[in-house]
Amino acid sequence: MALLEVNGIHTYYGAIHALKGISVSVDEGEIVTLIGANGAGKSTTINTICGILHPAQGEIYLEGEAIHELPAHEIVMRGVSQAPEGRRVFGRLTVTENLEMGAYARSDNNGIRRDMERVFTLFPRLEERSKQVAGTLSGGEQQMLSMGRALMASPRLLLLDEPSMGLAPILVEAIFDTIREINARGTTVLLVEQNALMAFSVANRGYVLQTGEIQLADTAEALRQNDEVRKLYLGEA
Amino acid sequence: MGTQTRLDWGATVRLGLLAGVVALSLSLIGMVERFSERDIIGGVFSLGQVFLFGAAIGGGYLAARRSAGEELGRVLLGGLALGLISSLPLILLLVAGGLTDAEGGILLRRFLINVSPGLLKLLAFGQGQIAGSLILAAVTGVLGLVGAGVYLLPPRLGRPLLVGLISVFLIGLLSEIIILAWGNRGIGLIIRRFMFAARGLLVPGACLVFLVAAGSNVAWSGQQERVEQRLSTLGPEQQQRLRRGMIALGVLLLLVLPFILRTYLSEVIDNIGLYILMGLGLNIVVGFAGLLDLGYVAFFAIGAYAMGVLTSHSDLGVGGLSFWAALPFAVLAAVAAGIILGIPVLRMRGDYLAIVTLGFGEIIRILALSDFLAPYIGGAQGILLIPKARILGFEFVRPESLYYVILLACLLAVFVSWRLRDSRLGRQWMAMREDEDVAEAMGINLVKTKLLAFAIGAGFSGLSGAIFASKLSSIFPHSFQLLVSINVLCLIIVGGIGSLPGAMVGALILVGLPELLREFAEYRFMMYGALLIVMMLVRPEGFWPSAIHKRELHMEEPEALAHLAAGQTG
Repeated sequence: MALLEVNGIHTYYGAIHALKGISVSVDEGEIVTLIGANGAGKSTTINTICGILHPAQGEIYLEGEAIHELPAHEIVMRGVSQAPEGRRVFGRLTVTENLEMGAYARSDNNGIRRDMERVFTLFPRLEERSKQVAGTLSGGEQQMLSMGRALMASPRLLLLDEPSMGLAPILVEAIFDTIREINARGTTVLLVEQNALMAFSVANRGYVLQTGEIQLADTAEALRQNDEVRKLYLGEA
Repeated sequence: MGTQTRLDWGATVRLGLLAGVVALSLSLIGMVERFSERDIIGGVFSLGQVFLFGAAIGGGYLAARRSAGEELGRVLLGGLALGLISSLPLILLLVAGGLTDAEGGILLRRFLINVSPGLLKLLAFGQGQIAGSLILAAVTGVLGLVGAGVYLLPPRLGRPLLVGLISVFLIGLLSEIIILAWGNRGIGLIIRRFMFAARGLLVPGACLVFLVAAGSNVAWSGQQERVEQRLSTLGPEQQQRLRRGMIALGVLLLLVLPFILRTYLSEVIDNIGLYILMGLGLNIVVGFAGLLDLGYVAFFAIGAYAMGVLTSHSDLGVGGLSFWAALPFAVLAAVAAGIILGIPVLRMRGDYLAIVTLGFGEIIRILALSDFLAPYIGGAQGILLIPKARILGFEFVRPESLYYVILLACLLAVFVSWRLRDSRLGRQWMAMREDEDVAEAMGINLVKTKLLAFAIGAGFSGLSGAIFASKLSSIFPHSFQLLVSINVLCLIIVGGIGSLPGAMVGALILVGLPELLREFAEYRFMMYGALLIVMMLVRPEGFWPSAIHKRELHMEEPEALAHLAAGQTG
């Protein structure tokens, strides 16, 4: 059984039909990527999975259990957390406080402490800055914090929304290395990206979204070879 | 050096004109003339003169500070020049005031109502236009010089001088209240005869105040270092004991306060206490949870009306309950109203939330005023005959005794706020205030969190309203104007948003001061406005800010910038 099964969801913003029947499945231990242009519905998909938005039609199953009608906080408790687009750290709280907020839905203090240490081993930079106010961190550090915060929920499924956005290439590399490492330690990852090349380099499988519909679904390797993908998303002739 | 000097002159001219414009505006809004008879020191100088000339002295001081390090003569010259320049706007007023219309009235007065013959006479020192202008310029010039001189004094002399003068000014300003509170009996009466005129200090009284204030400042600055040194050498145990001693002293002071303050000032403290309660409640909604609520008075009204309906001895009273029995119901009514308001605005943010809550506040007031509900809550006639609180036959009638009821409520509110701030719920509020969407994605139940903020905040306000109803024995819809909401919001902003001591300091300043300065009632909102502008410019985090707010507004900027410069390197 797939860890996450998204089955033909339609999501609206008021009258705007943003997702027109998206189906995605993510198996335990995988990295799956959603790529697509601006406005293709990538973030909407993530937010619908999280329960911040609710689908008008279609179902979402986590380990076979329907979650598409649950409120966001209950979905977090079931082990799905996200690092939102644009990082959105709590700017006036310190790094440590931000991480603590990530563990909000948990109450096992030992586990929280362990995970805090784990985040600090993944991102030593955050430990150096632990007392600093998050709003004063650099863009890359904020991205690390945003991912660290999502990891503090001890998720089985981590949703990453454009982690490379606005970062220098060298940092993007570092962030993607960390994504690989997070995955290697047993967390399943659903990765939304505009940087398709980087996304394919870490993902097992991928979906290409266009204006609210799935255009293609295949292994990452196959997608990278696909002519249309190469033309539209990799900028190759 | 040449350019340096020229630059300084430019600043002097600007500052001088600014001081002049301040004096001019205070004249034009009528404060100078109105308080020209209101003595600070009887027969020596009046409050009106302070308004008229304060700017020149202050300007001279600032100019001297700006040119610190220059040679003595130059600084003094700058002060003199500033004083002279500051008289220009006033002289202009004097000249323009000389123009008359066809009927021989003052032309300016047609559109500047406060340009009265009295004001012009004051400005000209009772002389003609030319002689008056010259005297005016000379006086402001000398005062500018004095201002600069005060700055130049070594701090050992300057500070006691300043402290002494400010003390004389404050005691002179508050003399009426001081007399009212302490000057009617026994020793107070004797001291009063020696120190105070009908309004303001007598010359010997002023000298005494000055000597005591300046003297104690001198004495303290001599001791300060030794005391601090002694404190720092104390062991942790002794420090703990010292802290406990201080707390005990504070508690004792709180307990005996009404005996010290007497009736009138106790009444003022009671009002401050009611606003502290509201401030602490709104602080939860706005300061902790970041939900801008402009209709906060509604919950105050609901608490008051619940108390009224449940306890009143008039025809409108239904429960006939005692104050204490009705109190929990009044609070619960407000809490319920908080939740009822909360539900429809769950999806709203920022400005939209502010507008909806504003409307809610007005709806409650208009309902209270309506004929529709008049059979139950009295409409415009309000509810009368609301009984006082009593315990074992003792009735809390006088402000001094009511103080203890309010103190108890405030302590409860402080305790609850303080425990909530560091609780899980407090963290939820903070995260929600920072970023609602992310807070939701972190697993925070926004519905519950928001409703709890509204409910608890409303509960404090309802408690305040219930005590208010019993304090006045009667309630009327006009007590629940929008202005109350604005006042409460202002007081938590001035005190420091999100901070518990801030709410108290804010209430002291925004509720206490206007009570003490009742003479300024008609200028109250102007002073409010000026205070808020100055606050936002000088201390945007408030008088007693919370740690988070302070670090937001005063991040170690150079360091933060260095990180930004390091930028994307991670």
